[in-house]
Amino acid sequence: MKCQHCDKQAVFHITELETGAVRELHLCEDHARTYLNQSESAAEASADDEEEGKPSGGALAGPLGVGQTADELALLDQRACSMCGITFFEFRNQGRLGCPHDYVQFEKELEPLIANIHGATEHTGRRPSRTRAGLPEGTEDLTAVIGLRKQMKESIACEDYEKAKEQRDAIRAIEDRWLDDGDAPKGTA
Amino acid sequence: MKLEALTQSIGEWLRGTGPESDIVMSSRVRLARNVAHYPFVSRASEQDRADVERFLRERIAASPVGQELEYIDVGRLEEIDRQFLVERQLISREHAEAQGARGVAIDRMEQVSLMINEEDHLRIQCMHSGLDLKGVWDQIRAVDDQIEKVVPYAFHPRFGYLTACPTNVGTGIRVSVMLHLPALVITRQIDKVFRSLHKISLAVRGLYGEGSQAMGDFYQISNQTTLGRTEEELVEQVGDVVPVLIDYERRAREFLVRETQQNVHDQVSRAYGILRTAQTISAEETMQLLSRVRMGVLLGLIGDVKIADINSLLVRTQPAHLQKLRGVELDINDRNIERARYLRQHFEGGEGSRASVN
Repeated sequence: MKCQHCDKQAVFHITELETGAVRELHLCEDHARTYLNQSESAAEASADDEEEGKPSGGALAGPLGVGQTADELALLDQRACSMCGITFFEFRNQGRLGCPHDYVQFEKELEPLIANIHGATEHTGRRPSRTRAGLPEGTEDLTAVIGLRKQMKESIACEDYEKAKEQRDAIRAIEDRWLDDGDAPKGTA
Repeated sequence: MKLEALTQSIGEWLRGTGPESDIVMSSRVRLARNVAHYPFVSRASEQDRADVERFLRERIAASPVGQELEYIDVGRLEEIDRQFLVERQLISREHAEAQGARGVAIDRMEQVSLMINEEDHLRIQCMHSGLDLKGVWDQIRAVDDQIEKVVPYAFHPRFGYLTACPTNVGTGIRVSVMLHLPALVITRQIDKVFRSLHKISLAVRGLYGEGSQAMGDFYQISNQTTLGRTEEELVEQVGDVVPVLIDYERRAREFLVRETQQNVHDQVSRAYGILRTAQTISAEETMQLLSRVRMGVLLGLIGDVKIADINSLLVRTQPAHLQKLRGVELDINDRNIERARYLRQHFEGGEGSRASVN
């Protein structure tokens, strides 16, 4: 088997086990050394700026895809979901995503991971049958409410009540479209 | 629903009936679902969790499926009651140990359980005694359809149903069967069987799900992938392997009787003897010995015990069940003494046995 980064023979076969994710790496001696050093320095770095007492990335902070440089990875790790705010780094540490929008926000990064876990990237099973006219199959529109709620809170904190009211109305409009069916309770009050 | 009422029954998975129930304890399917307009549980604020809990509880209660369910507020339960629900397989250990607003809705038969705010907002579980994956799938599909009419599940046109962990994305389905495989354990063939199951990407777990040890020769076989195949294909993937495992176990049991009858008879009888006479005994040892006695009964080596009784003891000797039955909280030493007393009474035809057959 060839190294994933060059044409040399792969001599290191590494299986990374994260919560809920398994990743295999096949590397030549040189690239394995780079990889292992990188993991160590990443672990050191993350130990320094650990957030909220969460466990550091440690050895899990290695590259996710193939052929990504440390700089690219650092950038990727800092990218945050525009709805729930989770960074890719946090996801890689915890193995749990933050909200449905992550699958859109991090689609490119998640795709190889999903392919690795399931051996496929296309859902072929059951699909929602929306009884109400005009609603799309995907729920991305509705998930936007997560971001709007956050913005509304920020507006209130800044005492920009005009804006908060607009945001509240926007949330209501979306929820009415998706959730309105008689007396059943809605999400946000 | 009062949990005390549940102590009088033994729950669906230990009923000990249904096809192939000498080897297949239960068939189970669960679906992972999330509400589209809230963060996933691990990212949700306390307020978000409370909102999700209320949203799902109220909407499900108002739908036809909710009419048949009773809701338990797991967040307000005492630890022993949460443990009790885990032992009955109505909630997961993770759900019992989690924080914040969460609950479970269960039906009277204890076949359907809806966990709210587990790893995903909603985990729908359906379980039947014996081998009946088709029946379980039909039932859970109907429940899922009804809930989907009133709850907008997070869905992506390409990735399918969206879950907190990418290992569940797509169908969100976990199909599992719980098998009792004592003869494969005794003949040391079990590891070989598991290795071949891993090769066809099936997972093997212990009695109480992820990360749990296999106790008393009970094993859960389930699918590992959830994306790229239909639910029916995944149900079939697990279903197809079960007859093979049943056949292996039956052959191993026949082999034991044919080649080592005296030995097996001795093992089974000793296990039975300890259960009838011990003065203090742990839950693990009890489970191991009950497993052997269960096999002995099925092989015709022990005459006067019913399989339903053994199944009942398997759950009633678990720590929380034992304490609920006795109506007092006990520390581990007292539990071991009480467990031994309960077993002796049961086998001597004392008070234990009258309440045991359901």
